Amino acid sequence: MTAKAPRLFDVSRPVLIAVAALLAILIALPMGWLIVTSFSTKDGQATLGNFVTLFTDPSFLDPLLATLLLSVSVSVICCAVAAPMGWLVARTDMPLSRTVRTLVMASLVTPPFVGAVAWEMLAAPNSGLLNQLWRLITGAPDDEALFDIYTFEGLIFAIACYTFPYVFILVANALDRMPGELEDASSMLGARTWATARRITVPLALPTLLAGALVAFLQTLNQFGSPAILAIPAGFHTLTTKIWSLFQFPPKPELASAAALPLLVLTVALLRAQSLVLGRRGYAVLGGKYGAPRLIRLGPWRWPAVGLALFVLSLPLFLPYAALLNTAFSKVSSQLITPQTFTLHNVVFTFGELSSTLPALQNTFVLATATATVGGLLALLIAYIVARRAVVGHRVLAFLATAPLAIPGIVLGVGLFLAYTRPPLTLYGTLWILLIAFVTIELPAAYQQLGSAFHSVHPELEEAGRMLGATRLRTLKDITAPLLRSAAIATWCFVFVGVIRELSAAVILFTSETKVLSVLIFDLKESGDVGAIAVLSLTMVILTTVVIVIANRIGGSVRLTSRVAG
Amino acid sequence: MTGKLTRRRVLATSGTALMASGFVRSAQAAPEASRITPELIEAAKKEGKIVWYTSVDLALGEKVAKAFETKYPGMDVKVERSGAERNFQRIGQEYASKIYNCDVVNSSDAAHLIIWKRQKMLAAYVPEDVARDFPAAHKDPDGMFSSWRITLCPIAYNTKLVKAEDAPKSYADLLDPKWSGKMVKAHPGYSGTIMTATQQLSRDLGWAWFEKLARQKVMQVQSATEPPKKMVNGERAIAVDGGEYLPILMREKGDPVEIVYPTEGTPLITGPSGIMANAPNPNAARLFQAWSMTAEAQQLNIDVAGLRSAHPKTKDKPTTKKFSDIKLLREEANVVADKADEIKAQYVKFFKV
Repeated sequence: MTAKAPRLFDVSRPVLIAVAALLAILIALPMGWLIVTSFSTKDGQATLGNFVTLFTDPSFLDPLLATLLLSVSVSVICCAVAAPMGWLVARTDMPLSRTVRTLVMASLVTPPFVGAVAWEMLAAPNSGLLNQLWRLITGAPDDEALFDIYTFEGLIFAIACYTFPYVFILVANALDRMPGELEDASSMLGARTWATARRITVPLALPTLLAGALVAFLQTLNQFGSPAILAIPAGFHTLTTKIWSLFQFPPKPELASAAALPLLVLTVALLRAQSLVLGRRGYAVLGGKYGAPRLIRLGPWRWPAVGLALFVLSLPLFLPYAALLNTAFSKVSSQLITPQTFTLHNVVFTFGELSSTLPALQNTFVLATATATVGGLLALLIAYIVARRAVVGHRVLAFLATAPLAIPGIVLGVGLFLAYTRPPLTLYGTLWILLIAFVTIELPAAYQQLGSAFHSVHPELEEAGRMLGATRLRTLKDITAPLLRSAAIATWCFVFVGVIRELSAAVILFTSETKVLSVLIFDLKESGDVGAIAVLSLTMVILTTVVIVIANRIGGSVRLTSRVAG
Repeated sequence: MTGKLTRRRVLATSGTALMASGFVRSAQAAPEASRITPELIEAAKKEGKIVWYTSVDLALGEKVAKAFETKYPGMDVKVERSGAERNFQRIGQEYASKIYNCDVVNSSDAAHLIIWKRQKMLAAYVPEDVARDFPAAHKDPDGMFSSWRITLCPIAYNTKLVKAEDAPKSYADLLDPKWSGKMVKAHPGYSGTIMTATQQLSRDLGWAWFEKLARQKVMQVQSATEPPKKMVNGERAIAVDGGEYLPILMREKGDPVEIVYPTEGTPLITGPSGIMANAPNPNAARLFQAWSMTAEAQQLNIDVAGLRSAHPKTKDKPTTKKFSDIKLLREEANVVADKADEIKAQYVKFFKV
């Protein structure tokens, strides 16, 4: 090696140390303060009192139990809906299956709290459009309602609408990859279509479904927006809304920290369980090359199947957007729009009069751009070091980069609040604290995306560069980076979108000068300004969609690039 | 507090509690009254902007801002609207972190101004109109704040859903099982109006009334601006509380809304404004505060926003019920200042959120 000592100083080791230290600070500082605070009294004395309160006081115990029940219910419902949908799309000859698949993905664009607001417009017991329609058709009296979204069941429904797509994607992808031969063997041995499905397909898909259930559970557990919008009017808290309420005057950060710890511990445990489940899936697909899966003929059930899929899609997608559009352009949000009630007033008010709109848009844009850039570069660097095993200790980096997955947004918010409202780094009130929060939240996804992209660029190309005497950074710049460009841009876009939607950490960390779009919508929600909410929500979704479409365009060439490099 | 009062007497007494508690008697005399001078306008324009924390309804707040911007071209008002209790928490948190965003603050919980004054967070400034015209009850003797708005916190109902003869006449009527599931109510942990009203109602009706009300499946919203909105769109038939100015405006627009001033008395809500000691735009803050207390601006509050005013040179809306015809509950900002946490805790015990 000494003979081939590089001409330029190889900075990879200092870079590794710097990145590792940075990640450690990003994660350890807020989580350290969170843990310390949860074991402290208001005056900083050590105590277990906060946890005693947490597990004995009904005002904490009830939200804890409600959250668990909510999460279990949502994951059961998500699996019950996503599994048949995924199967229909991946394994049958259902018409429009590509469209259905795309639309399910599209429903993920909707931030869950926007969905919750839209469902209020649809299914509030009296003013909700669906309930009005039902009364109109059945002639039911004024005070009877078909749906009441302000209930525990209503909340389960509203969250499930925006959680089942995650399970659907997992299931559909798993079914896509499942070898057709196993099913063929089954039918050659005389099993009927349904017996094959029951005995082969379902058992093979089961681990994925279990993993999906865990994802749904985690999503629900840590969700803040929907419960804040639907549970509080109904008269109950979940753990996240309870934590948030502890920041109201007089703030009780020590109790908030104590209440945040169970979320953290549960999330870590469930992620561990998920990786165990997914890790075992390998047994299902042993063997050589597989044929494409055989599509099951639905026969006369083809169109009912499409009907079912479209009905399911109307819940997160068609109905809520119809409601948002109705509210945005109608004088009376609780009535269906007519040419007489059409108005642009809400649009004019939101963009012309509401003095928070433009600063919030600007903050959101600055933060999304900065997070996507900083987070993307950081993820790129880590992904490179890990993929190429460039330095001893690269595994630590991989661990640190994915660790934030286990930190729920609101928990991170509390931790950062505790860490950065005190010297030496008083970042509270600046955009920096939000940048740190967003980079931390988005890093795992960005890292995973870029990590897999790196695996598709063959190391030989880099080795050639190194052999010709270039430093690692030079190789990275001249060889790897161009090959990875499209993956990097796609990651950039996805981080950008993630930041636009983020509410649960921002709602703890914002000040009047650092308000972002999601927080502004939430603020307006508290005073019932539905017109402006609808306009801002649609704006947010349009922004997000545009960026995702761009990402997908570029994503299309990602595959191309990797083929060239492979 | 009983019966028929003239407007002047109401205005004179409504703020007495505010005064009685509001200040530690200072050795110095109140600062002199300040006029809006060309120099002040010039200095304000150099700063160019002002950040106004308020809890008044957002649409109305933006209208006030627009009126100021029209009167003084080149000025830009940023309206930071949230619940008074939320703003109180935000300002406290911002000041603890040495962040000084707020220039002028208006709160529907008069206790906040008392507390900020105790903590020396306010700057003394007495607009000419306040010194000359405002009743003593509506200005701080040390010149730290004065009543920017006055409103009530009555009951209101949707006339499409409730016939006038069936409508509740009193708070006691709301406990009738026939209203179960039909009411919407705002939260004292968010809204200063509701905090102030909760103190008055718990004092005069007792907490037992709240305990019974909580069993009526009341829809719990946050802002005092929301119960009227949920009521007018038919989501609930009755708004248990909320700022009076919204149903006044809705009724004027022809919405199916009627206001009930309960027989037990209606909570009176004074919303004072003051300038923050660390205001980032001190001259703009003074100009805004001075302008907002003029008869012209106060009349705008009445005409456009349906609020009431402490300025004697303003004229009430003809459609608004006169103070002298309404039985009012006594406001005790000093009690709220000391007991807010207790009130919130008690409330959460009954209503769970």
